[in-house]
This record gives sequence, C-alpha cells and structure tokens, in this order.
Amino acid sequence: MTDAEPADEGPAPEPTEAETPWRRLHRDTLKMTALFMAGFAALTAVPAATGIASGTSWPIALAFVVPGAAVVIAAVVVPDAIRLKVTHYRVTGTRVEMITGVVFKRRRSLARERIRSVDLSANPLHRLFGLVKVKVGTGESGSGSGATSEQTLTLDSVDRAEADRLRAELLRRAGVEADSDAEQRLATWRLGWLKYAPLSFLTPLLAGAVIGAVFQVADWFGRGGLPVEIVADLVERYGPWRVLLLGLVAVVLVGVIGSLAFQAEAWWGHRLDREPGGTLRVRRGLLVNRSLSLEEERIRGVEVVEPLGVRSAGAARLDVVAIGLKTDQKNADLTTLVPAAPRPVISAAADAVIGPTETELIAHPKAARTRRLRWAAVAVLVLAAIVAAVHLLWSIPGFWSAVVVLAAVLAGAWAVWTALDSYASLGHGLNRGYMVARSGSVRRSTVHLDRSGIIGWRIKQSVFQRRMGLMTLDATTAAGRGHYAAIDGDEHEILDFADETVPELLRPFLVGDEPGGE
Amino acid sequence: MKETGTRLRPPRNQFDRRTLPWWRVQLLIATAVPVIPLAVLGALIAPARPWLLGPAIVIAVVGLAAAVAMPIWWHRVHRWEVTDTAVYSLTGYFWRTWRIAPMSRIQTVDTTRGPLQSAFGLSTVVVTTASSAGAVKLEGLDHEQAAALAERLTEITDATPGDAT
Repeated sequence: MTDAEPADEGPAPEPTEAETPWRRLHRDTLKMTALFMAGFAALTAVPAATGIASGTSWPIALAFVVPGAAVVIAAVVVPDAIRLKVTHYRVTGTRVEMITGVVFKRRRSLARERIRSVDLSANPLHRLFGLVKVKVGTGESGSGSGATSEQTLTLDSVDRAEADRLRAELLRRAGVEADSDAEQRLATWRLGWLKYAPLSFLTPLLAGAVIGAVFQVADWFGRGGLPVEIVADLVERYGPWRVLLLGLVAVVLVGVIGSLAFQAEAWWGHRLDREPGGTLRVRRGLLVNRSLSLEEERIRGVEVVEPLGVRSAGAARLDVVAIGLKTDQKNADLTTLVPAAPRPVISAAADAVIGPTETELIAHPKAARTRRLRWAAVAVLVLAAIVAAVHLLWSIPGFWSAVVVLAAVLAGAWAVWTALDSYASLGHGLNRGYMVARSGSVRRSTVHLDRSGIIGWRIKQSVFQRRMGLMTLDATTAAGRGHYAAIDGDEHEILDFADETVPELLRPFLVGDEPGGE
Repeated sequence: MKETGTRLRPPRNQFDRRTLPWWRVQLLIATAVPVIPLAVLGALIAPARPWLLGPAIVIAVVGLAAAVAMPIWWHRVHRWEVTDTAVYSLTGYFWRTWRIAPMSRIQTVDTTRGPLQSAFGLSTVVVTTASSAGAVKLEGLDHEQAAALAERLTEITDATPGDAT
C-alpha cells in the first residue's frame, strides 16, 4: 500500500507468533484492476484513436493508440500484481499485522484492543468478483505538536466471507459474549426519505456543476463560446423572459435529479443496527455497498443536524460524535448514522443510540439576539452602500437599477431573518449527563455530548460579548469535530452550567458574587 | 434562570518578566522586515524617495510604539496557573480565551525553546489533550521553571490510568 504511512517498519516477520499463518489478499483483485484499467483505456483510447484517425488514417492511429493503451494498463496492473504478491496480513491474538512493499518493506501492526472501527466497501467492480475492501481504524488521532497519527490498515481486497469474518473477529471484545442476543434494528431507510434530497444544498451545487461541465466540454472541442451563442440565439427567437424561465426550470430539474441520484446511491437500503458485543453498524449504498462498524465504547454523543431546506420540511439528519471518525468534508457522510428523515424517526434513532434525548433547553439572553441583529444591520448598511455606490458611479438603466435594489432588499431581509432565526436556535441544557447545545440557522445543529467525553473547556469572550454580558462555552473532546460550543450564553449562567456539566473541573477557578479581580 | 454572579477568576501567575524583552525583540524584527528594504531602496532611488521613506517612517514609528507599549499590556493580560487538577490559562484582551485542561486528560507535555526564547532564558510548555482544540500553550516561562513544570505534569499524567479520551 502506498497510502499507508509506516507505522512500524521492520524486516520480514519474526517467528514469534508463528502459529498464525499469514494470509494473502484475494487473487481476483488483479482481475478487477485489469478490468478497470481496460475500461479506462478503452474510454480514452477510442476518442484518441478517432481524433488521430481523422487527421491521418486508421492504421496509424491504431499503431499509436494500441501500444499506448497497453503501456497504460501494464503501468497499473504490474505494480498491483506485485503488491498482491508481497502483501500479507494476519490477525493474531493481540494484533492485526500487514506486511507490504518491495524495496521498502513496510510492516504495520495495530493492537486489536485499539481497533475502533471496521469499514467495508464494495464498488460495482468489487461486487462483480465478490470482493470487499476492508479498512481497519484505531481512532488514534493525537494532537501533540500538530502530528496527527490516525492509524488505519487497508486490505484491498479480500472476499466477502473473509471480510465478514474479519469484521466480526476484530470487533469482538474479550469478555463480551457474542451470543447474548441477535442484532437490534435501530433505523431502516425508506424510499420516501429520498424526497428530502432535493432540499439539500447539493441541488444548487449540482446544477452549477452541470452548467460548468457544459462549458468545459464545449471548451474541449474548441467551442468555448458555443453555449453562450446557443442561448443568445434562443433569446432572439423566443424573448428573454421565456428563456430565463425555462432555463431556471431546467437548472432546478437537473439539480433535483442529480441530488436524488446522489442520495439514492449513497443511502439505498440503509440500515442502522446494534450488534451484539456493543457495535453500531451502518449499511448502505446502491452501487457501492458500504458497511461501517463502530464500537459503541467510542461514541461520545450524537448530533442532530437540520440544514435549512431539510428543516423546513420537518426533517433532520443524525450524525454520530465518535472518537476516530473525522468530520472532514471529504468523507462527511461517514459520520452520518441516519440520513435526512422525518424528525420523529431521527429522535427515535437518537434515543436508541444514546438514550432519551428529549431536553428542555435554556434560551440565551436577549442580548444574543441584539448581537445578531447588529450583524444584520451591518450587512444591510454594506448592501445599502453598495447600491448607492452602483447608482452614483454608473448611470444604469431603470431595469438594472430595479434588479440591484431588489437583490439588495432581498439580501437585507435574509440577513435580518437569519439573525432572528439563529437566535431562536440558540440553547443549551443538561440531560442525563449529556451536554446539549443547539445553534445555527442555515445549518442548525443540536449536539448531545456525553459529559465524560468532555476533556476540557475553552471559554471565549470578545470585547463586544463582554459589554453585552455574553460568553461562549466550548467543550473540547477527542471525538468528532474536537469541540462543541454553546454560543453566546449569559456570562454567569453559562459558567454555572459548565460547572454542573463537568463537576470539579471549573470549580477552583470560579468566584461568587464579589467582583473578581479584573 | 438562576441569578448568580459566578465569574472566572484570572489565573494566579503572570509570565516571566523576561517575556517583555522577548516580545519586544519579536516586534522589532517584524518592524524591521518591511522598514529596512524600504529605507535602503529609498536611499538608492532618489526620484521615489518620498514614496519609500514615508511609509518606512510610519511603519517604524508604529512598530517602535508597539514594541514599547504592547508587551507591557500583554504581560498584564496573559496569565497561567497549574493546580493539582487542571492547567488553566487566560490569553487575549479583545478576544479573551480561558482554557482549562484537566490533569487527568493530558496526553502530552511538550517543552520547546526557540533561538530567540533561549537567548532570554525562556521556554514554552504546550499541554495537549486528545482534542484537536484542547491544547493549552504557556509561552514565556523561565526555562528552569518550565522544565520543572513539564516534569511535574508528566509525572501526574503518567500516574493517570486510561487513554484520556
């Protein structure tokens, strides 16, 4: 594996735990790589051959393209064959080990007791050969001196039976009887949940991407201006309003179809199970089958996420706050336990994962609303200044003047609405040892963080907050994003809340009513 | 809502007084980086002289003023404290940040010393927890004091069982 950083480098296996035989990755992986590369080569070779042939003749085109394709395929398949030959792995009583590499022998060894997640995935090619890619994660992610050393071990690929055996074996805890009871279903995906997909932010994003792609393709063929010409032509023939309207409809339609397709591919057949032995398992995917097993011991809470569109439809999404699962944008849906679904379903799933989550939240002081309205006022002033500047600098026709003013008014109204809505979102509370904090308007999120998972406080107060008697309490944790905040609480009450949430931690640094030394 | 007057008390210790010259040198270097090239160019290129020397003088004056005044203020504002249960620090004035890391959750204790710091006999102690946001940085401790503190913290954390998550 080239993507694996050397965790433990050393020479060939030492014969200490010789009783466990070394296993190899599945032979068919090579066929899969070859097939993939053949497909890739065909896809690129055909247009290339056509292009060359149109300039010269077919024999010459083939003389160039066929060897080229062969070289490209060989360049990937041969190293992969070597990788398969030299990669060995085994699961001993205490460790999972993998050896790989030709020139640089690399040996990676993970302590089994540290394994926190086992991630299986199978794309359509994998599925054709009955193979699965297995990723074993320890959830080690130190922050010391900026050196993150998240350790994972990837087996690409093994057959399905072996993958299931590995998953079951690696997450079986000593002392936990596996036969206690069967799987417990916590949530099951329904086709109807797909209707929330077009409400996500993916819809406009995809529409934009499609428009970009059209220009890109036109550019490849040397006709970068073609789409503009076509649109101009249509405008001339049918008038601007009709084209604008139809264009909007088309863009929205593309976005809707795209987001539906994405959501369906990612979440088709989603199931959330609790398995005997204390692991949660998420299975999903239409083309790429994914299975994530997560040790419950590492779960520090859940986050109910309500993006604006999804929230307006009375739905939400459930994310897990777990150690060793990074919430980076790239694999953001790794942390999602239940995709956008009706609120009651999400509440039930959250209750099933961490226990009752119904919490009475303490609203934040009115000053927090004033603060947000002030930001909105600044935004409105800036907008007004822009509108004034536009009108003073250029003499613009009435139509565009109306457009600019209308856009500014809408943006201003949006700013004020967001201010009020984000204040309404603010709240914090304590529920059976879970710190609950809610905030956000465009992306409203309610985090339920296990207080035993709070490993420190970061309390912030800007000059403006100080004058308004507000304070932001940030709980640091090893799980999820690393910190979760109760924003703009009352500066005294929030400290009492912190003190109550994690007893004894803040107490020595608090003083009562008498004015503490400024 | 309970009406209480609970507030945070500032950490007990100020940083070493040698942080004042250390900060000053840093500020002077930061000032010198734009000022010296501007001044040299101004001396060499006669026609552009007012355009080069003008900004140079402004930056130099602001930089010098900052070097004199700011460290005194920072020294007053930044504070730290280590108790038997936690490490506690306060930084910033316009954006005040109190950080509290409990002893039982400390994962690593790093002591670092830059070339400039060691010239003033200072050290930085960084206490990290398993959270990417939880580090507490104590910049500007006397280096013997820092070594002793790091040793003490390491002892305490070694004695704590578990993986501190």
